[in-house]
Amino acid sequence: MKFVREIIVAVALTVAAFTSSVAHAHDYKVGSLVINHPWTPEPPMGAKVAAGFLKITNEGSADDRLVSVTTEIAGNAQVHGMKVENGVMSMFEIAGGLVIPAGQTVELKSKSNHVMFMDLKQRPTKDTRFKATLTFEKAGPVAVEFKVEPMGAGHEHEGM
Amino acid sequence: MLRVLRILLWALVVTGLAGVGTYFYLGQQKGAVQPLVTIGGPFKLAATTGETIDSTGLKGEPFAVFFGFTHCPEVCPTTLYEMSSTLGKLGDEAKNLRVYFVTVDPERDTLDFMKSYLTSFDPRIIGLRPSADELAQIAKAYRVFYERVPTSDGGYTMNHTALVYLMDREGRFFGTLDYEEKPEMRLTKLKRLLKEG
Repeated sequence: MKFVREIIVAVALTVAAFTSSVAHAHDYKVGSLVINHPWTPEPPMGAKVAAGFLKITNEGSADDRLVSVTTEIAGNAQVHGMKVENGVMSMFEIAGGLVIPAGQTVELKSKSNHVMFMDLKQRPTKDTRFKATLTFEKAGPVAVEFKVEPMGAGHEHEGM
Repeated sequence: MLRVLRILLWALVVTGLAGVGTYFYLGQQKGAVQPLVTIGGPFKLAATTGETIDSTGLKGEPFAVFFGFTHCPEVCPTTLYEMSSTLGKLGDEAKNLRVYFVTVDPERDTLDFMKSYLTSFDPRIIGLRPSADELAQIAKAYRVFYERVPTSDGGYTMNHTALVYLMDREGRFFGTLDYEEKPEMRLTKLKRLLKEG
């Protein structure tokens, strides 16, 4: 009985922690995809690039691919992979688009896959949003807004 | 018979103790050996402060140095941000600590551009811009890897070592801060550098 109670408390705490940390999240739906909380940490002064993060859940039964990202604030955007190995950071373009497997959630996050906004035309400043279009191979295009959060926010997101 | 057994057992104890002693003694000796690979070396580079920073002139003060570039979406701004918040926490304790951000992309990172970029961070962080030759030299001294990777839009990005090198007041390697590290650990390591480095 005590064990059951412990489980209930643990679940409740997890749910509470999760809800509080994503309280400011925003979602979009296109076809069988759910796009959760696209955001960008505010880049330093004058920066020509910025990173974009989001979660994509494929509720359908077929794989899809994120093939392109466009936005008014950047001349170009690509989906990049990133890894840190033996202290060396390396980045690479994900050729052919990022696969979103059926029934799974793919997270573009700090220290991992991310959208790389290049040739920034304006600096995204914190507490603002900017428009972008994500295009998927099957689900097609979807208009979203990236929320700009303070620099260093990535680590708070991770902390959950 | 019992006596023989007793002597044998004592002999075993003595051998055991001697063994353990030798092990620890050798262990300590081993610890005293200087590392075979030296990390770091003198540099003289143009800085965002308008001066030329000569590392030999830094003797007497520990410093930190790391490598990156401004067209870097995440690792470099994050490292700069984390370094700024650690410096903020250290406050006056680290008022003389200099942190050097060496660009591995001197082609795009002019001193003026770096200067404006660094206004987003703690003023103790100073940008250094080597020439291509100077970059090759300092990277070799610090065992830093960097390479240019072309992107499909005709541009390029850089892969590079993302460690922060901590150097003691003699300009010798003291340790590193790791990209994956927790903020408390970074703070502890910098405190140690200021105290013992």
